[in-house]
Amino acid sequence: MKKFTLLLVLMLVLPSSWAREAAPVAEDPEIERRMIRLSEDLRCLVCQNESLAGSRADFANDLRREIREQMKDNKSDKEITDFLVARYGEFVLYRPPVKPTTMLLWFGPFIFLAAGAVFLIFYLKRRRRRQIEEPALSEKQRQQAEALLKDGKGNNA
Amino acid sequence: MTRFLLPLVAFLVLVAFLLIGLNLNPREVPSPLIGKPAPDFQLEQLHEPEKMLTSKDNLGKVWLLNVWASWCVSCREEHPLLVELARSGIVPVYGLNYKDERDLALQWLRQFGDPYTVSIRDPEGRAGIDYGVYGVPETYVIDKNGVIRYKQIGPVTVEALETKILPLVKELQG
Repeated sequence: MKKFTLLLVLMLVLPSSWAREAAPVAEDPEIERRMIRLSEDLRCLVCQNESLAGSRADFANDLRREIREQMKDNKSDKEITDFLVARYGEFVLYRPPVKPTTMLLWFGPFIFLAAGAVFLIFYLKRRRRRQIEEPALSEKQRQQAEALLKDGKGNNA
Repeated sequence: MTRFLLPLVAFLVLVAFLLIGLNLNPREVPSPLIGKPAPDFQLEQLHEPEKMLTSKDNLGKVWLLNVWASWCVSCREEHPLLVELARSGIVPVYGLNYKDERDLALQWLRQFGDPYTVSIRDPEGRAGIDYGVYGVPETYVIDKNGVIRYKQIGPVTVEALETKILPLVKELQG
């Protein structure tokens, strides 16, 4: 029983003595909110489909720290993104600026949408015209169908 | 006939785009730093922590800055090439020991050889941010005026060395 009590005490005490207090994410929750808002629009270059806000890569951690520090130094969001673009290129921006090299990126989907719409309109028009012009059955086919129907009647009776 | 030809052409165009896309390497993001002055740094040396090295110390010569770490697996891949390059004496290679611990870094160099004229330490990765480092190893070619002329992302390969880095170094030294 003594042993058991000792074990119980150790089990209770040891983990808490090993555990360290979680490092404070940021002293200032306002800066933290601003940092997260800004880094949601920035790409993590190590894991390219994640934002800086969402990535757990060490690299993203460092950049979040950098952003936090610059915010503490009263840098504007614009100044901070300019800082990052100067080092990593416009690739870090999830919303790249509109300029000749990014035109296709910004407007390409609309071009495809318009092309699809034009195709659809032409296709539907042509189909309707064909339906009006061509009778559903030729005279010969109609007679055949009539004969078959008559036959069918006879068989069913 | 056009009924079948048109979808076929559309399909082939799509295939062409996908093939090009598959052959692009998404990790190779062109660095905006090429053609710009190498960012300033003043960092302690790995072997002699009491001594510093600054980016200005190398003005007047062409040099390579290789970003490495003992935890970096691909660094081992390129390391023999760097050792060989350093031995040839064509161009000095400086090491930026990125986010590493001093003991581990020193042990790593003892184990795999030390090609670096000087290695400097960037334990928190701050110089790394200035240099736009995101995938170790990375190697920069810096000219006599302290301007970055080329950046190799990922390990230096024989091909990259022979077709890009060495010809560029020769041209810059000329």
